[in-house]
Amino acid sequence: MLKTFKIGGIHPAGNKLSAGKPIEKLPLPKIVFIPIAQHIGAPAKPIVQIGDKVKAGQLIAQAGGFVSANIHSSVSGTVKKFAPAPDSGGYPKQCIVIEREGDEWEESILNKEENGDALDSKTIIDRIKQAGIVGMGGATFPTHVKLMPPPGKKAEILIINGVECEPYLTADHRLMLEKGEEIIKGIHLLMKALNVKKSCIGIENNKQDAIKHLTELTSGDPEVTVVPLKMKYPQGGEKQLINAITGREVPSGALPIETGAVVSNVGTTFAVYEAVLKNKPLFERVVTVTGKRLSKPSNFLVRIGTPIKELIEAAGVSSIEGGKVICGGPMMGRAVNSTDIPVSKGTSGVLLLPEEESKRGQEQDCIRCGRCITVCPMGLEPYLLATVSLKKQWDVAEEHNVMDCIECGSCSFTCPTNRPLLDYIRQGKKNVGGILRARKIKKQ
Amino acid sequence: MNTVIIYSIIILSSIGIMAAVILYFVAQKFKVHENPKIDEVEKALPGANCGGCGFAGCRAFAEVCVKDNDLSDKLCSVGGNETMENIAGILNLKVEKKAPRVAVVRCNGTCENRPKTSHFDGASSCAVEASIYSGDTGCQFGCLGEGDCVAACNFDAIHMNPETGLPEVNDDKCVACGACVEACPRNLIELRKKAPRNMKVYVACRNEEKGGVGRKSCKAACIGCGKCVQVCPFDAITLKDNLAYIDSDKCRLCRKCVVVCPTHAIIDVNFPKPLIKGTPKPKPVKKPLTETVPKPAAKPETKETEKTEKKEVTV
Repeated sequence: MLKTFKIGGIHPAGNKLSAGKPIEKLPLPKIVFIPIAQHIGAPAKPIVQIGDKVKAGQLIAQAGGFVSANIHSSVSGTVKKFAPAPDSGGYPKQCIVIEREGDEWEESILNKEENGDALDSKTIIDRIKQAGIVGMGGATFPTHVKLMPPPGKKAEILIINGVECEPYLTADHRLMLEKGEEIIKGIHLLMKALNVKKSCIGIENNKQDAIKHLTELTSGDPEVTVVPLKMKYPQGGEKQLINAITGREVPSGALPIETGAVVSNVGTTFAVYEAVLKNKPLFERVVTVTGKRLSKPSNFLVRIGTPIKELIEAAGVSSIEGGKVICGGPMMGRAVNSTDIPVSKGTSGVLLLPEEESKRGQEQDCIRCGRCITVCPMGLEPYLLATVSLKKQWDVAEEHNVMDCIECGSCSFTCPTNRPLLDYIRQGKKNVGGILRARKIKKQ
Repeated sequence: MNTVIIYSIIILSSIGIMAAVILYFVAQKFKVHENPKIDEVEKALPGANCGGCGFAGCRAFAEVCVKDNDLSDKLCSVGGNETMENIAGILNLKVEKKAPRVAVVRCNGTCENRPKTSHFDGASSCAVEASIYSGDTGCQFGCLGEGDCVAACNFDAIHMNPETGLPEVNDDKCVACGACVEACPRNLIELRKKAPRNMKVYVACRNEEKGGVGRKSCKAACIGCGKCVQVCPFDAITLKDNLAYIDSDKCRLCRKCVVVCPTHAIIDVNFPKPLIKGTPKPKPVKKPLTETVPKPAAKPETKETEKTEKKEVTV
């Protein structure tokens, strides 16, 4: 019997079209737009001037606070300007625009890997911090902050997230197949940084080849185990994965460290390996470009700041008409209104959905079937939260734990009357969040 | 048989009388002493419970009026000056007349001026749309057209115009309670001073982008050129973040700014005479006027300024 999380969950069609496609290097872009806010927390502060020559991997913006991350140039060339480019929400965000000339990397980036046995926890965390690594599954939480549990809390187990439960996406899958050894080394570095002796890699059993590959690689390793998981969305959610592997539940409103678990994505783990042993900052990542209309669904190794239109063109689409372009997966990704959006550290995929697949159905009244309650992985009552959010009864929404919603979209996916439940619940979360913050400030 | 009926009546009546006596004494003991003026003030209020005064309904407003014993910073926007004078009479206080206000939608991004760049497929609510992305047009500041303001209005004073895709305020029904101002996630609606015959001059744009960028997304965008600031004789116009703003308390409706605005971002409505003969106006007069608000002080001034302005244009 395979492990999985206890409450709720859905089974959307996998559609892993690009699973068999090896990771390709995307031709380097002529110009990159590197956003200064690619992570949760304070935006980074640019330290270059217009006209400066930069090399790939050079620090161009420094972390703007404790919860923030360094940003490095992804190409070699000249800093052209500081200009806004749209983010996935369509709002312009400040970017450092670099025009590429050649491809010269910073000398400090090593071709051969260093021996990591002698490194201690502090050095590893420091190198991760310098490299500007953030959670690459999409949440973009700075990794070095995650590796320093608050005082009084102790990590017991490191969980590596190779679930990739979002349909269509295959970036992590390919990474596990092609960079398995590096990921295992990355896991050992993270374990050392956290000072834990146990690690599990959670992989859904639709990726049999990855499970087999990593099990072979870890066969003589007592510290790392591969845990095949039953397929169920949203297993890649941090709280769901902890529950699936350890059986523990993250308390409402608490951080995952309460359960003694630290979760890291395989993409992040690979970036940690490169940062610590090769001194290479995070300036490129694997992005899945996929969709049924594409002649060539692919997994590309892309420099941060490349506009997504270049990825779409490389995947064999010349023009986009109708349908949706989604940054991320179909469940939690965001439909975008421009293809000028640059790839950032958290972009795991670009998905093109034709209109017949993406169009929402006509909204009807709730029929009280209770399916949304059955599928909610957080054990909430989405129909109720949506209704009270619509009626602006924020107190009731707070009482029914609206803040625990992880916005996985299972409720909207399963609703037979096409109610946009998550849209309304997000409103509730936004307003209740504002009320809670105001209350906190008042208390102080 | 008869005795049963008589006994029942006697017993029940005596229980009733006893309960009444007990209730009387309990009511005396636990009586809440409330200022009777609160009831009087509440009666004088319109009873709309709209929250436009800033309190949680008419009763709450009445309580605050009586408790503070001061009406200088209070206004029932529904009842207006008349109601405030009545309240002042009840409380033996003095109250200054306040200029009536009306909601104004500061966006002229009609379907024609501002073509759609994408189609929004989510829940039909401006708040939802604004939280998801920058909107279905190129302008990230303009009206989203899903009608949150219409849903918020308790007075049937604001409606979507299907032709323009923008909300329109019925000036006669609007009581300036501010519910639509709160509801608009783009902060487009402002309560502005009401002028005679509902005449209005305002910047119908909130786009803070630089001129070129703003114009690309909307033909009627304010480009922040500053011509209106120079031409205004009353210092009523300020320029901030590439956006002009006309202070309705200082504006005397001379319409000089309307003439110079290159993008027709400044619009004039409800003026009896068109601005310049032969030139098409950016927005036609919306509806016949049913009533005028008496405001003798401002009337001669507007006439004068109109005249002088006319001279300048013809010369």
